[in-house]
Amino acid sequence: MRRLRSSPAGLAGLLLVTAFVVLAVIGPPLWATDAARIDAAKILQGTSPGHPLGTDTLGRDILARVLVAGRLSLLLAVAATLIGTVVGIPLGALPAVLPRRAGRFVVGLIGSLVAFPGLLLAMFTTIVLGLGARGAVFGIGLAAAPAVARLTHTLTASVAGSDYVAAARMLRVPRRRVLLRHILPNVAEPLILNITMILGSSLLGLAGLSFLGLGVQAPEYDWGRMLSEGLSRVYVHPEVALAPAVAIMAAGIGFHLLGESMARIAARESRHAPTGPAAPAPPVDVPADTPSAALELRGLTVTFPGGARPVRDVSLSVNPGEIVGIVGESGSGKSLTALAVGGLVPYPGVVTTARLALAGQEVNRLSRAARRRLLGTALAMVFQDPMSSLNPALTVGSQLAEVPIVHEGLSRRASWTRAVNRLRQVRIPDPDRRSRQRPHQFSGGMRQRAVIAMGLMGTPKLLIADEPTTALDVTVQRQVLELLAEVTVRTDAGVLFISHDMAVVSQICHRVVVMYAGRVVEELPVQDLPEPAHPYTRALVACLPDMRTDRDRPLATIPGRPPSPVDAESTGGCAFASRCGFATPLCVTERPPLKEHGAGRRLACWYPRSGPVREETP
Amino acid sequence: MNITQLTVRYGAFTAVDDVSLDIPPGGAVGLVGESGSGKSTLARALVGLAPVSAGTITGIPVGHAQMVFQDPYHSLDPRLTVGASVAEGIRLPRGERATEVARLLDLVTLDAAVASRYPRELSGGQRQRVAIARALGARPELLVADEITSALDVSVQGAILNLIRDLRARLGLAVLFISHNLAVVRYVADVIAVMHNGRLVEVGPTDEVINHPREDYTRTLMAAVPGIGDGL
Ligand SMILES: Nc1ncnc2c1ncn2[C@@H]1O[C@H](COP(=O)(O)OP(=O)(O)O)[C@@H](O)[C@H]1O
Ligand code: SF4
Ligand SMILES: [Mg+2]
Repeated sequence: MRRLRSSPAGLAGLLLVTAFVVLAVIGPPLWATDAARIDAAKILQGTSPGHPLGTDTLGRDILARVLVAGRLSLLLAVAATLIGTVVGIPLGALPAVLPRRAGRFVVGLIGSLVAFPGLLLAMFTTIVLGLGARGAVFGIGLAAAPAVARLTHTLTASVAGSDYVAAARMLRVPRRRVLLRHILPNVAEPLILNITMILGSSLLGLAGLSFLGLGVQAPEYDWGRMLSEGLSRVYVHPEVALAPAVAIMAAGIGFHLLGESMARIAARESRHAPTGPAAPAPPVDVPADTPSAALELRGLTVTFPGGARPVRDVSLSVNPGEIVGIVGESGSGKSLTALAVGGLVPYPGVVTTARLALAGQEVNRLSRAARRRLLGTALAMVFQDPMSSLNPALTVGSQLAEVPIVHEGLSRRASWTRAVNRLRQVRIPDPDRRSRQRPHQFSGGMRQRAVIAMGLMGTPKLLIADEPTTALDVTVQRQVLELLAEVTVRTDAGVLFISHDMAVVSQICHRVVVMYAGRVVEELPVQDLPEPAHPYTRALVACLPDMRTDRDRPLATIPGRPPSPVDAESTGGCAFASRCGFATPLCVTERPPLKEHGAGRRLACWYPRSGPVREETP
Repeated sequence: MNITQLTVRYGAFTAVDDVSLDIPPGGAVGLVGESGSGKSTLARALVGLAPVSAGTITGIPVGHAQMVFQDPYHSLDPRLTVGASVAEGIRLPRGERATEVARLLDLVTLDAAVASRYPRELSGGQRQRVAIARALGARPELLVADEITSALDVSVQGAILNLIRDLRARLGLAVLFISHNLAVVRYVADVIAVMHNGRLVEVGPTDEVINHPREDYTRTLMAAVPGIGDGL
């Protein structure tokens, strides 16, 4: 509800629909007498002080009649929608329960009914069933049914294909029960949203039928009939036709806006992963020989309303040509750290830093435009889902070529040549042909290469890769890792490589930063990884099976779960204490500071461990 | 379970091509291969979720082979409580179901109180345990686990792998364990089957396949497994 009110369209829809419902409730009791009062002396008048919108053929007040007619218009629309759903939903659900063949027949039937013009179907039904409100309601209702049926079918088919329905089938849960338990409840929400819009369409349709004289008959009246009566006088007194016309439009638009906004919000809530566009990286206004870090980050904190602070006081740096890994379990703040560097933290997150310098330039001291240019030119980002960076409607080549066209003013032809070259460099086979294909014609591994190629269209100083290989299998993963390593050497860009998998990080990174509950708890060069000092890092290393793991012993595990960002904020001590086998009362009360721990290492733990992890008994 | 010359076709495309494989009672067979090699299709055919075009599956009646899916975020109905999901496969009188649900949750080391919660309140690892408990409710002889740890954090993966080994030992359950990661399969399985382009290219005891792979493709898979300190 709150989100509905925060979008202008949703708010407008909500207001209109509420006003309409209120009118339907209070309209008749308040104004029915005025609306029915016949006054032979004031027939067919225009606007006057007593009758702001004029009078009709019997001298009745039109404003009062418009206000009273709201109830009938709404009731009829509700009745028609009811018929549409009562017929449409079972029809659309049928293919899910019928045997395959009969099901396909019903799908075909729905398809052809949808193609049939709705208003024609409605008029036909109305004439067959006899003129009047009842016929019109049936007509409009039946005309709406095919659309409802198709929607139900689409939604049902997607739920029916889900793994939980497959599981139920495997467990031999009867078909009817699968429908009632799994399919209908999961289909209900989107269906209800759409029904709101169908209400609006029914209202318009019914008004149309009444306008044509097929719907509501005298002495009853709805807005459609009033419009038709008013229309004959529109050249003399336009106001008498205007009032019902405005009412019909406002109600119709109101329902549509409301339904559409609700649907948009529902869709947004069902997506959760933060995604962002790949930032392309053309020529840079920083002299290439500046000996500054690719990234220098100090005191990064990300806060959300309600006190959640998923990233707290994170400091790290990446040198040119260096690959730095960030490791930690889901929710440890890795991705938010990456997004904060790119200025992509989603609303309402608040980012504060003591220093955020990209290729030697303090980002926060730049003007808005300069900052955008710096982020756009010196930074490239690769995400877990390559499709979040690719437009499915455009060819891969044209998306890559776009970058130098926009940022360097390069010609289309030269840009395209560069795009094909970059695709070849990331070892896309047959890049000439592939550049003319769309992303969906690429496999997952090839898409991820294409995104990396996009980052290479300019000359990035920092490349952030957030779980770039998590969705890929080990064979393809290895190829992508090799590519990233090669790119780093060739371009001398710094890479911030984020992963939950210590083994992957150890393969490609020079330095590893371990995060837990929003903080850096350990930092070490990769060659020290077999012997980390922090109990959490050691657990991450130990729980990983490799080709030498002893198969007769259980794997090491980390008991419990990481604290939520809110809980982590309230604990005064070490956030890992509740899961740590070495915790003492000191750990619970006092948080260990992040300090130097030997050459090139940092650590936040009161009781550092030493020696190789592998020889420790779990 | 005996799989004999099993073929699954989708139109002109052959996803599983003439596969023969034995899974002995209580045995653990690991199936490896890159994505698209046909592992999931084979798995689905074994539990009756994919159409068999040719060949036979014998030894285990329908319903006595159950599968656990890769993505625990999509394999539980978001609108059912954990208890209702787990109860789906149980064939017991109404009065005994709650006790059985509690027993199943206990088997996968979840607290009985979890039964009244909804999937969205659980972590990925907990959800995957719920999915395993649901499969166990049908008292299966064979559990097919299709990439059940690849959507999880590596820190949670170890606990799930331990659980699978523990369930095998306690229930005498046969397991077909599918993964693209040979190190993971090696840890769980006694026999490893390597799949490539819909065909089984190598089958043998785990140590033999790992120490003396016959096929180049198996060696490629082994080389791709990331290990700490191995480098690229
Ligand atoms: N319902 C289907 N229709 C057509 N092709 C399919 C279908 N299901 C799977 N495939 C194809 O079968 C091949 C094997 O897929 P899958 O069994 O999922 O492999 P894996 O589990 O090894 O990743 C893939 O190329 C996939 O596209
Ligand atoms: S400070 Fe204490 S609780 Fe925290 S990791 Fe170190 S030993 Fe464990
Ligand atoms: Mg698969």
